[in-house]
This record gives sequence, structure tokens and C-alpha cells, in this order.
Amino acid sequence: METLGLKTSVAKDQEKKAVVAHNRRLGVLLFIVYVIFYGGFMALSAFSPHTMSEPFLGGVNVAVVYGFALIIVPLLLAFIYMRLCRKTSP
Amino acid sequence: MIHQTSLLAVAIFVFFAGLVLGISFYLGRRAKSVSGYFAAGGSIHWAVNGVAFAGDYLSAASFLGICGMIAFFGYDGFLYSIGYLAGWIVALFIIAEPIKRLGRYTFADALDSQFNSRGIKLAAAVSTLVVSCFYLIPQMVGAGALARPLIGVPHNIGVIVVGCIVTTIVITAGMVSTTWVQFIKGSLLVVLCAFITLLILGRGLTTRPTDSAGHTCSIAARNVSPDHLPGTVLPAEGAWAGKPYVRVTGANGVVTVWRKEPNETFSETQTLTVRSDGTTQVNGLPHGRNPGEADLQPVGYVSKLPGGVEATGALGPVAFLRAIQDSEVVLWRSDKISEADGSTTTIYYQKPTAGKDFMAPGSSPTFAKVRGAKFSDKLDFLSLMLALFCGTASLPHILIRYYTIKDELSARKSTVVGIAAIGFFYVLTLFFGLGAMTSGALDVTDSNMSAPLLARSINEFLFAVLSAVAFTTILGTVSGLIMAASGAVAHDIMTNLLHMEMDEHRQVRAAKLTALGVGIVAMALGILFRKLNVNFLVGWAFNIAASANLPALVMLLFWKRTTKEGISAAILVGMLSSLAWILLSAQAYRDVYNLDPAKAIVPFSQPAIVTIPLGFVVLVLVSLLTQRSHGKTASGI
Repeated sequence: METLGLKTSVAKDQEKKAVVAHNRRLGVLLFIVYVIFYGGFMALSAFSPHTMSEPFLGGVNVAVVYGFALIIVPLLLAFIYMRLCRKTSP
Repeated sequence: MIHQTSLLAVAIFVFFAGLVLGISFYLGRRAKSVSGYFAAGGSIHWAVNGVAFAGDYLSAASFLGICGMIAFFGYDGFLYSIGYLAGWIVALFIIAEPIKRLGRYTFADALDSQFNSRGIKLAAAVSTLVVSCFYLIPQMVGAGALARPLIGVPHNIGVIVVGCIVTTIVITAGMVSTTWVQFIKGSLLVVLCAFITLLILGRGLTTRPTDSAGHTCSIAARNVSPDHLPGTVLPAEGAWAGKPYVRVTGANGVVTVWRKEPNETFSETQTLTVRSDGTTQVNGLPHGRNPGEADLQPVGYVSKLPGGVEATGALGPVAFLRAIQDSEVVLWRSDKISEADGSTTTIYYQKPTAGKDFMAPGSSPTFAKVRGAKFSDKLDFLSLMLALFCGTASLPHILIRYYTIKDELSARKSTVVGIAAIGFFYVLTLFFGLGAMTSGALDVTDSNMSAPLLARSINEFLFAVLSAVAFTTILGTVSGLIMAASGAVAHDIMTNLLHMEMDEHRQVRAAKLTALGVGIVAMALGILFRKLNVNFLVGWAFNIAASANLPALVMLLFWKRTTKEGISAAILVGMLSSLAWILLSAQAYRDVYNLDPAKAIVPFSQPAIVTIPLGFVVLVLVSLLTQRSHGKTASGI
């Protein structure tokens, strides 16, 4: 019985490590997606400021649309993350 | 401007303060254990914690500072909203789960979880204290600055009132009461701002703004030909020589100042003169509201609307933004003239600005260089945006909120709730700021008053509620900061570093005494720094937090060869280098030492773009050098 308990404990530990590793990989991937998006905003603001004044969506300029997107996209990415994250068994 | 005190605002604030103190005393029994005091026993529901994140994070700088910056300069204030929210991505995807898994009560616990190193404990505790201190100063000075216009008490009394309430909240029930104060504040702030935004959209835009009583706001004269100036023009002598202003003596002998425009016309200005004996004059008359005195007039209106209409009527959010972009708004800028007799005159002058110009980055002095041609000019902007992105997940008072919940899943869920609440609030800041810009109610001397004055332009009751909520905002953030700082002293230094022998009861008592001490220090800082323009200190806190804490946190999680020496060195080098850079920057020369900013030693003011990479490099080098002597590394985390 003791051996069985140890095996179960080792299996649980391995499962937990696998779940943590999966969640971490997923987090890093989504983080990179956002960093590219945020970096694009910084680059456009710094190196092509006139582009930011151009009308874009519904007549609202690129700066405002991009700014709102940078605030709203994290929520979308967060939902994707929550959906795809794995949980350890109780 | 002299603001009328609202007794209703005082009454609502007293009600809020009584409510949170009542809750704190009621919850006091739940904070008898160390875990109860520092981490609310890990029993807070993830949804409550998510809203409390918003209450903790949305400081006075977020609420009043950003609205004020948008109201005065347009889109540039919104850049802070974007950066502050983006930082939560680092918290959610990189930090949330491990910080919950590895730590118990403080940020140092997580960093030190595998090493048991005195160096890490000390470095992390010092970094927590430095960051919390930089964050505390603007909150406490802000409390004092807002005290008179919002609730009608002097600066020092405002600081002491906030300090005493917050210290009581923290001492009675530690993280339990802090959580509920932050939850109440976060909910109130978001709901109230959403409601006011609806009213702004419902009011639309007009070239003839009115106050809440329906009186049309005064509009300063523009395009006045030289023949129509209201009096005799004085010769441009002394400090006035070569300046784009003329002084005009009216029939009553009062001297007013007019600004020369490029088209050879003149526009009316407002002046505030401080004489060497300390007396003040506004527009040539003693400053006051009695007969024979003058006060600065409220400003900010749309001078041209698309299609030449006088008012748009109610607008949807997209139509509102489009209309602002296609309008011209009269913004106000200031200039200073110091005369030989020791008096200094601040001239507030009109600057009609096209929406197309101020609705893109680079319209404020802070970010103006982003429109320059040189790469080096853009580094300040890039560095600040990097600091805001990396700083959020490195702020100790935010990180300790992760210990109040049950597990890693709750950590993720509460971060998502936090992102939703905070993101929603930051979207509203643009409408709020632009609404204030065009409300005809702005105070040219104080951008921080823009949000409350916008509310006053709608009705007095809203002003009272918003003022009280603004003051409650300070309570929520300061209580989080005092918890973080007292945790660093009582838990990290006294218990873990110095191994002071204390049972559970004594540990809690020591923590409460430390919180009392931190509260007293916070009040002293709020009074000592009262004359300093402290809003930029929040930006500095983000730079220091990101430089000191982020490299250590990230490398601990992602690089198996990280050693305890590497972590300690990265924290200390990141903290000291960013602090030194800041103290040698043009911003410090101008705002702290009153020296010529051109003489600053470092090339730009925001250090993050240099000091964050430096923290990573130091951690890698020191870890590599200490591999053989110390076998213990971060593997397994």
C-alpha cells in the first residue's frame, strides 16, 4: 500500500509539473503576441507619428483605435489563456 | 482658482470613511494570526480580489493625473492609460501563477523560496521599501493638495486625516480590511466614472458651454486688433522686453496682459502674480472673490465644431471621438516672467489647437520630442512606455494581493477580473479627459482638478460624490502600500532576516506596530514634500520597480542557472542604477533641484530602457560566476 501511495504521489507530482510547464508555455506564447502588438504601437508612435493622426476605423484615427485595442486585446488574450490553461486534478 | 467647498462632499467622505473604518473594526478578529494579518488567510474570493486589484492599482495619479493630462494636452495622457493596463499582461502571463505558488506573504518570500538567502531577503525588502516610498509620497502629497478644494481643509490636515484613517484600517485587520477598502473603492470608482461618461456623451459638444446652473461660461477674447485693445499699451520694459505680450492699462488703472498672435492680432490672457511680500494678484487685482478682487476664470471649450454647428447634441462614443478630432479646441498654456522687484507673473494664454493635432502622441511637453527627427529624442518616450509595461508586475503592493487568494487558478481568475475592471476604467479616461477639456470648467493652475470640475459642470451633487470618491481613492492605494512596506520590515527583515524569536501573537503585534510606524512616516513625507511637484514620482516608482524586481522575478522562473547571488545583485544594481539615473536626469534637475535641465548628466530622464537590461546582464554574469561555489540554483521552479 505504501508503495502504491508513493507511486500515486510521484504521478501527481509529475502531472503537476506537466500542467505548470504547459501553462507557462501558453503564457509565454500569448505574452509574445502582446509584446509584438505593444511594440508596434511604440514603434509607430516614435518613428511614424503622422500615421497615428490618420483616420482609420469609423473616422477615428489610428492612435485612438490602436490605443483602445491595446486595452481591449489583453482581455481577449486573457479569456483565451483561461480557456486553454490546464488544471491539476484535485 | 478658488474653489467653493462642498459640505455635501465632506459629508459623503465622512460616510465613506466611517463605512471603511466600521468594516475594519468588524473584520479585526479575522486578522489575529500571521496568515490572517498579512494575507487575509488566503480566503478572499477571486472576484473580490480582482476588483480589489483595481482599487489597489487605480491610484490618485491614475484617476486625477491622467484625466488632467488628457484635459490639458489630449492623447498624451491616454498613453499612461495604455501603458498602465499593458503591464497587467506581464502579471497575468508571467508572474501571477508562480508568485502565488512560491510565496507566502511578501514578494521576498517568492524570490527566496528555493534559496533561503539573507542577501535576497534584505535586497527584496529594501527594494520593496524604496518602491513603496516613491509611490507613497505622491499619494500623500496628493491627499494634502486635494484636501482644500475637495473637502475644504488645509494641506497638512488632509495628509493627517488620510494617514490616520489608513493606518487605522491597516492596524485593525491588516490585509482583510485593506482588501475590502480596495474592493469598495475600485467598485465606486469604475461605476461612477461609467455613469459620468454616459452624461458626457449625452451632453455632446458645444461652442457655448454652460455651468450646472445653466449660465454660459466666460470665453476669453481672441483676434482683437491693436486698435481695439481695452486701454493704453505700456512700453515693453525690463523682463517684458522681447516677449510676445503687451500690458494694457484700462480706464480703471488695472493692468491686463494680452498675447501677440502671429496674425498681428491679440488674445486675452489670465495672469497670476506673486509679489516678493507673498501677496498675489490676478489680472491686475488682488486675488479673491470679494468686490475689487479677481479670481482666475474657468477655461476649456470647443471653438469650432465640424460643419460649423454650435452644438452636436448627444453623441455615441465613436461619434464623440470623431467630432473632437475634427474640431478646434482652445487649450491653455503658461509662461513665466520674473521681474527685478522679485515678483513673478505666470501668464496663462490661449492656444487654439486642432483636434487632429492633440489626438495623437506628442502634443504635451512630456512627449513632444517623439515628433522630433532625432532617434535620441524618442528614447524618453520609449523608455517610459517600457517602464509602465514592465513596472506593474513588479510593484510589491500589487504582488502581495496574490497571497490573499486560495490557489493558482484563483490567481489567474482574479487577474482577469482585475484586467477587465482596470481596462474598462482606462477606456473611460479618454472620454472623461476630453469631456473635461471641453467643459468650460478647467482650472488653468491645476490639472488634477479637471475630473472633479468636470463633474461640477454637470451638477453639484456629482462633484460632491466624485470629490469624496477621489479622496477614498487615496485610502485604497495607501493602505496597500503601507501593508507592503510593513510586511517588508516585520516579516522579511525582523522575522526572516534577523530571526527575531516571536510567537504568532507577537509577530502580528510587531507587524501592526510597524504599520503604525510606516503610517507616521507616510504622513511626515506628505507634509515634508508638500511644495514639490510629485506626480512624476509615480513614473519613477515604475522605473525602479521594473529595473530592480522584474529581472530577478523573470530569470528565477525561466533560467535554471540563476543563483541567489545573481538575484541579490540584480535587485541591488537595478534599484541603485535606476535611482541614480533618475536623480541625475533633466526631470530631477528641473523639478527637484530647480537647476537648468540642459545641464543634466544623463541623456534622457526615464532610465528603464537602460537599467532593465542592465539588471538582466548583472543577474546572468553574477549567476555564471557563482555556479561552482554554490550548487543551489533555480532549477525545479
